[in-house]
Amino acid sequence: MTSVTPWLRRVLIGLPFLWLAVFFLLPLLIVAGISVAQSEDAIPPFAPLLRATAAGLESHVTLANYRELAHGCLVVYGSSLGNAALATLICLVIGYPVAFAIARAPGMWRHILLFLVMLPFWTSFLIRVYAWIALLQPSGLINRLLLGAGLVEEPLPLLYNAFSVQLGLVYSYLPFMILPLYGSLTRLDESLLDAASDLGARPWRVFVAVILPLTLPGVAAGMLLVFIPAVGEFVIPDLLGGPDTLMIGRLVWQEFFENVDWPAASAIAVALVAVLTAPLLLAQRFLAREGTA
Amino acid sequence: MALLEIVAASKSFATTEAVYQVSLSVERGEFFALLGPSGCGKTTLLRLIAGFETLDTGRIVIDGDDMTEVPPYARPVNMMFQSYALFPHLDVAGNVAFGLKQEGMERRRRDARVAEMLALVQMSDFSRRRPHELSGGQKQRVALARALAKMPKLLLLDEPLAALDRKLREETRLELTGIQERVGTTFVVVTHDQEEALGMASRIAVMNRGRLVQTGSPADIYERPNSRFVADFVGAVNLFEGALDASGLAIPDADRPIPLPGALRVSPGMRVALALRPEKLSLSPEHPAGFALAATVQSIGYQGGQSTVHLATASGLRLRAHLPSHAAQGLARGAAVWASWAPADAVVLTE
Amino acid sequence: MTGGRGGAGFRLGALALGFGFLYLPIAVLVAYSFNNSRLVTIWGGFSTRWYGALIENEKFLAAALTSLEIGIMAASLALVLGTCAGLAMNRFTRFRGRLLFGFMLMAPLVVPEIILGLALLLLFVAAQSWVGWPAGRGMLTVTIAHATVGACFVAVLVRAQLAGFDRSLDEAALDLGARPFAVLWQITLPEISPALISGWLLAFTLSLDDLVIASFVSGPAATTLPMAVYSSVRVGVTPEINALATLFLATVSALVALAFWVMARQERRRVRAG
Ligand SMILES: Nc1ncnc2c1ncn2[C@@H]1O[C@H](COP(=O)(O)OP(=O)(O)OP(=O)(O)O)[C@@H](O)[C@H]1O
Ligand SMILES: [Mg+2]
Repeated sequence: MTSVTPWLRRVLIGLPFLWLAVFFLLPLLIVAGISVAQSEDAIPPFAPLLRATAAGLESHVTLANYRELAHGCLVVYGSSLGNAALATLICLVIGYPVAFAIARAPGMWRHILLFLVMLPFWTSFLIRVYAWIALLQPSGLINRLLLGAGLVEEPLPLLYNAFSVQLGLVYSYLPFMILPLYGSLTRLDESLLDAASDLGARPWRVFVAVILPLTLPGVAAGMLLVFIPAVGEFVIPDLLGGPDTLMIGRLVWQEFFENVDWPAASAIAVALVAVLTAPLLLAQRFLAREGTA
Repeated sequence: MALLEIVAASKSFATTEAVYQVSLSVERGEFFALLGPSGCGKTTLLRLIAGFETLDTGRIVIDGDDMTEVPPYARPVNMMFQSYALFPHLDVAGNVAFGLKQEGMERRRRDARVAEMLALVQMSDFSRRRPHELSGGQKQRVALARALAKMPKLLLLDEPLAALDRKLREETRLELTGIQERVGTTFVVVTHDQEEALGMASRIAVMNRGRLVQTGSPADIYERPNSRFVADFVGAVNLFEGALDASGLAIPDADRPIPLPGALRVSPGMRVALALRPEKLSLSPEHPAGFALAATVQSIGYQGGQSTVHLATASGLRLRAHLPSHAAQGLARGAAVWASWAPADAVVLTE
Repeated sequence: MTGGRGGAGFRLGALALGFGFLYLPIAVLVAYSFNNSRLVTIWGGFSTRWYGALIENEKFLAAALTSLEIGIMAASLALVLGTCAGLAMNRFTRFRGRLLFGFMLMAPLVVPEIILGLALLLLFVAAQSWVGWPAGRGMLTVTIAHATVGACFVAVLVRAQLAGFDRSLDEAALDLGARPFAVLWQITLPEISPALISGWLLAFTLSLDDLVIASFVSGPAATTLPMAVYSSVRVGVTPEINALATLFLATVSALVALAFWVMARQERRRVRAG
């Protein structure tokens, strides 16, 4: 805008720019730096990268953290990605019909249903995850119903395993799938569907040949919005997972708080960012497009 | 037997009766136009035929088969949409092939048919383009090719020319009739443009407020409208209102009754309107033989070959006359003239 | 629309299952908050004793106050930063570092919280040893962290609203002799006020809801409500948490419903005026 005085322009750009540079970019660089430091029993618990000694500057840069990570943690990355991918798929399968039904609901209902999708998102995430514990535990509601109905002999092991983690992920991230899908479904031109069925496409074919291809941007956006946070999730595997549940978020937490190994935690974090770079870049493109559309 | 038979079809939405008790039949090979003002239910009737809306009452029969309960994808009918509704994710060839794929037609025959259709609408060079890379006229052709590709028994066209600019509209109208003659498919076209309907259809049905008011050939509709609405909606018209007496229609502007066309069996005293097309009026400075009305020239609108002369009688009745421009040149604003016509050219309207 | 397309029955079923899944745990939580029994799994009759116990629980009360204070400060800070950023991205189509700026505004939305928390903590530790600020960690550091994330959300909302905003209003005001700052204050900001309100609320709830980042950057002096809940949940299920959750849910629903209502009313007024 040509009409803005230079100082106003400088404030509008400079203030958030500096803030983000200091409180977002710089911290990431520090993480990268510490990830190549040596762990040390000190405060803070790592050796400086460069140390002045009698013999001059001495470098303490090491790739040991990464080597260790490549040794022991690959399986954790694998299972994190796998869990997140599975949760994303399940969210898509559940979320698409729901988004479709909301998009086709009559006027007033559409707003109410949309509101109901968003409402859980505005309430405590932690508490919603915790609610599943009461439902899933051996003496929980679900097991008692199953026992009562005589469907099972003894309580099913529903909690603290891969199942409950998956359930928690799907449950928590489902709204993130529904919202972009709903957006792209409402943008769909109704007459295209009429045209397809006029040309002989049965309902199922209309879906596969017209609706699905035209809502792919929404599908992609939803998948990214679920997948990315799910990979780095901490609360869900921590509360609902068992001792054998491997997720990166939990690993970072353990290294940091329990083992007090800051360099190792940093290395894991850097590797996580590296793993997520491709989907993050994709997501940025999609979000940017949705934002300007 | 008629190809399309609509029997007492009605459809209402929450508060509007969009289509009410419409019955009509369309013969094989006809170019049939549904004409009416905006909101009169034309699109709704078309959508009922295609199967997108379900009838409240009545029946729709196509080629002897009752279609009332048949879903749109199973009807031997295709539609060209007002907005064209081209699939944005498919190229031109993909759009045209869409219906054939649903039929499961094998690849080679399908490609051949697509090529044939694109040649028919002169779009062969554009087969790899996406809809957003086409102009309005090109989209229209692709939509036509797509709707024709399945060789439907009946092709429905909703305002096929509305989105085109005036010049293109006229060219396309000619092409459309040409294509219809070549493929021989029965066309049902919706339009609110009377000129368009008169120019391309072999038969016209005029609708008003969900009801069918008149069906007939373009000449029928134009020359012998059966109601004030049709006379007024289809082309310009001069209306004289008054009461009948033994010798003709008495109106306050004339010293004697207007003579009626032919022998009419109407009861004296009945209130009717007499409709007269502007081009049937002739103007002369002297009182001609027979009946004539005295009027003064209000203004002259030049339209190229033809001019419209607006007249007013002493009591303020307004008339318009279409004259060849060279004939109108002799008239000046304010000039006193006599307007006359052959009695047989006027139409008596009782509704 | 075609009557049967997508099957009305199918759609109703999808809605019932989808929303059943989303609301089952919440419903159970609310129901058990009125349970007289200490065992979360057995129904011991209706009672409000856990609400009483909750109010007397000083740990939760203090944590709730801390969270509220942090939330209000962080959301307000995020509102200022995010509005500036949104305006800057919308109004200035070219300046040096715009690409980097856009990246920094988007990335915090998608980078896992655990990384944000770790990174910010390492920053605060380093900053303390380099420049002596911030001295120790607590409410201030949590507020800074939450404001950073919140600002990015506010910026997204502001940009979306500005994208649909008629620039000629601005220009008309400038044409009538208003100074740029006055235009911003009197025309632009009121026009995007729905985004500002929802942006603030979003930043506030995010702050109120955050466990991971706060656990990293907070110190012993400041325990937020999610941190308190987390430590008691780790120990085992307690009915007080159900009561807390119910209160939370009621408050948030009321607030969100209010926000919707206000927005709908504004919309209607605008429609009537335009
Ligand atoms: N889905 C619908 N729901 C409610 N009312 C409708 C619906 N479709 C059409 N109508 C109403 O039915 C009437 C006829 O509409 P229709 O679209 O058939 O008119 P039309 O003759 O095609 O008009 P136009 O020339 O403007 O396209 C209108 O009053 C319209 O408002
Ligand atoms: Mg129409």
